[in-house]
Amino acid sequence: MIPGSFEYVRPTSVEEAIAALVEHGDDAKVLAGGHSLLPLMKLRLAMPAVLIDISRIPGLSYVRVDGDEVAIGAGTRHHELEKDAVAAAEVPILPYVASQVGDPQVRHRGTIGGTVAHSDPASDLPTALLALGGTVVVQGPNGRRSIPLTDFWLGFFETALAEDELIVEIRVPRTGSAGWAYEKFTRRANDWPIVAAAAVGSRGGGAGGPLRVALANMAGAVVRATATEEALARGASIEEAAALADQGTSPGADMHADQEYRRHLARLLTRRALEKAAGAPAAAA
Amino acid sequence: MSILGTRVVRTEDPLFLTRGATYTDDLTDDRLAGALHATFVRSTVAHGRLLSVDTSAALEAPGVVAVVTAEDVADLVPIPPPFPFVNRAMTRPWLASDRVRFVGDPIAVVLTEERYQGEDAAEMVAVDIDPLPAVVGTAAAAADEVLLFPEAGTNVMASFGEPAPADFFDGCEVVVTQPMVNQRVAPVPLESRAAAAAWGEDGRVTVWCTNQGAQQARGQFGDWLKMDPDLIHLITPDVGGGFGAKIGADPEYALIAWLAKHVGRPVRWAENRSENLIGMLHGRAQDQVVTIGGRRDGTIEAYSLVVDQDCGSYPRIGTVLPTLTMLMAPGVYGFPRVHAQARALATTTTSIGAYRGAGRPEATAALERAIDLFAAEIGMDPAEVRRKNLLPAFSEPHRTPMGATYDNGDYTAALDKALEAAGYAELRAEQARRRERGDVRQLGIGMSVYVEITGADNGAGTGEAASLEVHPDGTATVLTGTSPHGQGHATAWAMIASDQLGIPVEKITVVHGDTDRVPEGGGTMGSRSLQQGGAAVHQAAGELVELARQRAAEKLEVDPEDLVVDLGLAGLAVRGTPGTGVTFADLAADEQLLVQTRFTAAAPTFPFGAHVVVVEVDVESGKAQVTRLIAVDDAGTILNPLLAEGQRHGGYAQGVAQALLEEVLYDEDGNPTTSTLADYPFISATELPSFELVEMATPTPMNALGAKGIGEAGTIGATPAVQNAVIDAVAHLGVRHIDMPTTPMRVFRAVQQAQGGN
Repeated sequence: MIPGSFEYVRPTSVEEAIAALVEHGDDAKVLAGGHSLLPLMKLRLAMPAVLIDISRIPGLSYVRVDGDEVAIGAGTRHHELEKDAVAAAEVPILPYVASQVGDPQVRHRGTIGGTVAHSDPASDLPTALLALGGTVVVQGPNGRRSIPLTDFWLGFFETALAEDELIVEIRVPRTGSAGWAYEKFTRRANDWPIVAAAAVGSRGGGAGGPLRVALANMAGAVVRATATEEALARGASIEEAAALADQGTSPGADMHADQEYRRHLARLLTRRALEKAAGAPAAAA
Repeated sequence: MSILGTRVVRTEDPLFLTRGATYTDDLTDDRLAGALHATFVRSTVAHGRLLSVDTSAALEAPGVVAVVTAEDVADLVPIPPPFPFVNRAMTRPWLASDRVRFVGDPIAVVLTEERYQGEDAAEMVAVDIDPLPAVVGTAAAAADEVLLFPEAGTNVMASFGEPAPADFFDGCEVVVTQPMVNQRVAPVPLESRAAAAAWGEDGRVTVWCTNQGAQQARGQFGDWLKMDPDLIHLITPDVGGGFGAKIGADPEYALIAWLAKHVGRPVRWAENRSENLIGMLHGRAQDQVVTIGGRRDGTIEAYSLVVDQDCGSYPRIGTVLPTLTMLMAPGVYGFPRVHAQARALATTTTSIGAYRGAGRPEATAALERAIDLFAAEIGMDPAEVRRKNLLPAFSEPHRTPMGATYDNGDYTAALDKALEAAGYAELRAEQARRRERGDVRQLGIGMSVYVEITGADNGAGTGEAASLEVHPDGTATVLTGTSPHGQGHATAWAMIASDQLGIPVEKITVVHGDTDRVPEGGGTMGSRSLQQGGAAVHQAAGELVELARQRAAEKLEVDPEDLVVDLGLAGLAVRGTPGTGVTFADLAADEQLLVQTRFTAAAPTFPFGAHVVVVEVDVESGKAQVTRLIAVDDAGTILNPLLAEGQRHGGYAQGVAQALLEEVLYDEDGNPTTSTLADYPFISATELPSFELVEMATPTPMNALGAKGIGEAGTIGATPAVQNAVIDAVAHLGVRHIDMPTTPMRVFRAVQQAQGGN
């Protein structure tokens, strides 16, 4: 439970961090909150030669309205998002989902940029972000670019982020009063989801756009329940649409759930999330 | 009014909450200056022939002083099985030489100047293992196709009892049989294993290690290292939990002492959490078959329990635990015919030891499940079936068909109190309403009535020692052979002494866990401490009063019979003549005022109780949530309700954990898949309700305090009550049994299968 030896770099600006990434390439890992990376290092499942600690870079923690979008600084900690008034008003699913991550210690350390970069399919915030749709703003030696969230997560611990790029901001649409729900299934309160379903939007495409559903832990990365979304767009009932939630997914098996049970949970949680988002009596939070 | 029975706040806690405890790994003792750090190289293969261990690269790594392998420890005699009834060929090498038998089996030890250097160097020890098939589970072990100890000729470590006669259930109108699993769990004390050792120029070794009984551990060191125990000074610093897994010494501890001599420097070791989850003893791990038979009116006539105990690789305490399961098989019931039989089996997994309850929870779980199965089969309320078969209240010793002699008990009263506190009739009505409506969240009501054995060494063992000394400054010191690791003995033993001497609790120091100061003791395990160690302190206080009486009589020139204890004075006063007394402190100033005594109870005690648990089960997902836990735990006279309630709360939590969550798992190759706390679902407060405690106290005649054990009862009672509740929640859907842990997937599948079968 002691990591292998590594060099430690603590840049004070995004530019310095990128320079360090350019210098060290894939020998380096970026350290933000550390609550995913450090356990992997302690188990020696990850042994980066260089750690680039971005936690002291100023100006990476914020939530603000920018036109039709809400911009969230990559260094925003889950606890800050959980308590943020702008987020609560403009994109209320995010503070709620942030409150469901791990335990208070984890939420005070973990960052939204870190969880997006990590690409663990069983992560809470990426699931909600994928349902919202939006973009990841990344910065590299040649400046910034935006990657749609739908294209960002490629697989287990795998993203569209280049070796020399750093996530600086997450941008999501303002959903305001649109319906939303996050149904997380765990055995213990502080666990990663065995399966989770996030739903955002309105029936018929009112406030917040059409209903969208994303699933945690049903494939190598978080995924949209596209068959469900298409069925809803065709006017199918929630029950009919939710029954399609696991189509196109490829869940894994572990001690908590085999593939078949995960598929069942995906359908069940999607139905419950859609019912809540669509304004069924038991509205979330 | 006596201080006994009052809620004295723990005197230990101000220090723990401010300075913090001093665990073995925290020690800064001068004798450990310059200590080397030990890091074990452990097998990553469950079973195989050890072909070679190449230490050359590791020896070149920074900070490495030595790398020790089996060749280096050849002068140590392999550890024999701990009990005479275990197959003698099943010995344990100090470091694996020709074979590895579980993932975690120690192969080499790296000694480094700094701890962090050890993990780097350990990775550089090249181990070549030719894998053999793993033996996972008791069925594979019993097949005897792959043997862990070929020279033993079998994987059976020990056998107990005989098969039931063929006509055992003849005449029963209803017979129900059910295989069930009492799964393997990990004790997970917050303080993992640690040891440190330093040799003095006088040829004595000082060993610090986290354990539940320094004297027993010292004896094992002596046996294993072929040393005179007087040359071993064993110290138990603060201990952060044990739950049975720290009873005595582990071979690693003794090896640390040997290594310190081998390299001529102090050595210390503290395992990390992953090492703890594969290296420390596990608990439970029984495969059981229960058969219960009786009449349709609810009368049970015959009960049989057959146990296959998974003992893991090397024989430890787990090999003897099935005998406790067998002893307690009939529990609280007066069945005319009871049968129990067990085998202890070797598998290529972590060894099994004692875990909170240690053999008794397994008996209660099997029995209380069997009662519910029988009730379901005949369509009778499970509370009614229990009432019909409970032993009537008794105040004279009752001998069971399995040979246990219960001291006293009133099981029907315990059940009735629990059901009343739960509002049983209303709970059943609410359950009926939810069933009628077809609610997603169904209500389950589970119960258990238990009796267990505590202080099992009473009568058979050597009892417990205590010494008590009053000092001239008015303080007092208690020396005890019990070994607190969370229980609160510093407070409790001080209360017992204070009660008879009048010396305030805060002026009484309790010393334990140092074999030079307390050479004899039985440690803390099996819920023995209060009824033996506490009773010994009580006896010591009485003897000290008598000693003081003789001395005071001389000093005051009065008849000893005219002297009475004056608690306000903390001394003795002449009857009817206030202001003419002498304090114990004054007497101590004249001459040392010290008594040393030993208390031996005649027989074990048998605490009992009843638990009722309410769960809500989401029938669409299968997830169960415990919403209420109502518990009657009768442990005789309660010395300090605060401490007793703490023991109960912790026990309930571990009971709920086993019923709902926890299970140590191996894959088919014998690889542990729950070796971090991310994978092993340790319970947290969010999974638990506020507990509803109901008081009941039936004093035992076995000691002057009237105390029975309370350390393990919570676990014994809660586990089957939770399991029964989960099954009860889906019983109307046709489900009869779900093994522990009752995971959401298992509950969901059970419902699916029951519905598919209709």
